[in-house]
Amino acid sequence: MTDTQARIGDIVNSSDVVLFMKGTPLFPQCGFSSLAIAILDRVGVEYASVDVLQDAEVRNGIKQFSDWPTIPQLYVKGEFVGGSDIMKEMYEAGELDELMAEKGVAPAA
Amino acid sequence: MPMPAEEIQGLILAAFPDAQVEITDLAGDGDHYAARVVSAAFRGLPRVRQHQAVYAALGGRMGGELHALQLTTVVPD
Repeated sequence: MTDTQARIGDIVNSSDVVLFMKGTPLFPQCGFSSLAIAILDRVGVEYASVDVLQDAEVRNGIKQFSDWPTIPQLYVKGEFVGGSDIMKEMYEAGELDELMAEKGVAPAA
Repeated sequence: MPMPAEEIQGLILAAFPDAQVEITDLAGDGDHYAARVVSAAFRGLPRVRQHQAVYAALGGRMGGELHALQLTTVVPD
């Protein structure tokens, strides 16, 4: 495992919910990242976000890490959940709330 | 770098011959698409694996040449 992959592994496990995105929750730089944030806000959980535009190593490495070609990427308790399309499908089916509850993720304060 | 819808459809069909593939050009610019793929090949696979299979069919273009593809995968009834 390269240093970058190990570093990404650390980031993924640093919080219960981690979103790799373009931009920040207040200023998302891409429509898909913006959608991912909107969904997480609706689900109402605390999450950490990583702006891949600020970190070229992570931006490239994350695609290899999860075998997933695009950003955003959502991780819950260290496990890759999917990108914004999957988040949207899961949210609409109520599965994202279920997943958070199952994994014991704390609601946002 | 625009990519024609027919090319996307062709690549998906090559990997999933049974699939029904609907491509929508969202912005009319040949660069932002939505794809709905219905295939029995998805049966029993978690969503992440279904999407990964479609991305694999696109042979690395996703996230590069193809910036935006809103993907929906469906298992036929």
